[in-house]
Amino acid sequence: MVKKVTLPLTDEVLKDLKAGDNVLLTGVIYAARDAAHKKMLEALEQGKPLPFNIKGATIYYMAPTPARPGRVIGSAGPTTSGRMDAYVPRLVAEGLKGMIGKGLRSKEVKNAMVKYKAVYLGAVGGAGALISKSIKKAEVIAYQDLVAEAICRLEVENFPVTVINDIYGGDLYEAGKAKYRGKAT
Amino acid sequence: MRRIQASEVTNTVARLFEHSCHYLPPDVLAALKQAKKKEKSPICRDVLDKILENVEIAGNEQIPICQDTGVAVVMLELGQQVRITGGDLYTAVSEGVRQGYDRGYLRKSIVSQPCFARINTDDNTPAMIYTDIVPGDRLKISVLPKGAGSENCSRLTILNPADGRQGVTNLVVNLVDEFGANSCPPVIIGVGIGGTTEKAMLIAKKALLRKVGEPSPDPEVAGLEREILEKVNDLSIGAMGYGGTVTALAVHVETFPCHIASLPVAVNMQCWCARRAEAIL
Repeated sequence: MVKKVTLPLTDEVLKDLKAGDNVLLTGVIYAARDAAHKKMLEALEQGKPLPFNIKGATIYYMAPTPARPGRVIGSAGPTTSGRMDAYVPRLVAEGLKGMIGKGLRSKEVKNAMVKYKAVYLGAVGGAGALISKSIKKAEVIAYQDLVAEAICRLEVENFPVTVINDIYGGDLYEAGKAKYRGKAT
Repeated sequence: MRRIQASEVTNTVARLFEHSCHYLPPDVLAALKQAKKKEKSPICRDVLDKILENVEIAGNEQIPICQDTGVAVVMLELGQQVRITGGDLYTAVSEGVRQGYDRGYLRKSIVSQPCFARINTDDNTPAMIYTDIVPGDRLKISVLPKGAGSENCSRLTILNPADGRQGVTNLVVNLVDEFGANSCPPVIIGVGIGGTTEKAMLIAKKALLRKVGEPSPDPEVAGLEREILEKVNDLSIGAMGYGGTVTALAVHVETFPCHIASLPVAVNMQCWCARRAEAIL
């Protein structure tokens, strides 16, 4: 069964999301990865405002291919989330509610998600063409100098994700592995 | 002496990168379909469905299969009776990368000065070019747009000769386990055993040029490939790490003689999006 969720993620919505759920997201998300995270953390440390309101926001770890003429965006699949881990506990404490990416997260990030009620959502790595179909509008809003890594505001419709880590400490990577151990042959 | 125009090299390299970022080789596609049949976990079957649908959209609508269109790896087999005219070979290859990434709307992902300013070179050069001089009057060009997600999960280790076959197997299996979902499974695992440090890594990468699942011609090596594949699938990581019975599509092992005191083992991980293309001029 697929759950449909309208963004932003509220505590009420997060209560119903469990590790392993397939979810379709509709609303606004922000694309940001390595270099943009570094800049956001620097801004916070200097007491400067972030390029978008972090409270209730969902960040997508992604840098697309260039859009062909007349298209909204190019290929737009997730990058490996773990590289952002060092920056995440602070952002979650500031009110970040959702992260979309792929791959393992650190203990610190998982603890922060439970403590501040945030979720980690998996998008299928490498499925950039498919995912791009659910992005209806894309606009660079900050850090243009980072080229492909600039922060982008994305309007998405039925954007397909799977809950990896929920607010209760559930972890699909761990649970899934345990469930199929010894079942390969 | 056979002459090949540098411009022909440029055009070929450009075309190969553009093509390979939009179409998977038929053997990779067949392996993914086979994986879907074998996979016991519904959530991983759903991932494989999305992967297959994605590949179809990529070809039909000319959207790169994956947004990480990679670092441009180019393997050349240059016949010793070939003479490149109208320019030098590596400049011609670089120009092909530049044109292919521009024309194909591929992402430029290369930064200069790796641990300093990290400024994007904006044309995806330099390419990583490796050349073998071979008999004959042909030039074979193989390209691999190599994504960083899986490349980052690769390692070189020097084992003790006493570690032997068991040591090699454990090393590969533990590495796949450690990185789990990060390498975008189901993966193809290139393993280079022997040689020196750089040789081991290079043959591991070259192992990825093989058709998916085509066993090594050496029966002993083929046996090792089967053993590692079985153990990796026993890890139950599954497609995208969601938990399942197909973690790897294939294990390709290449070996080379080495020093009496060494047992180098290189693992080059390849995500499911195993893009490659080749042409012979």
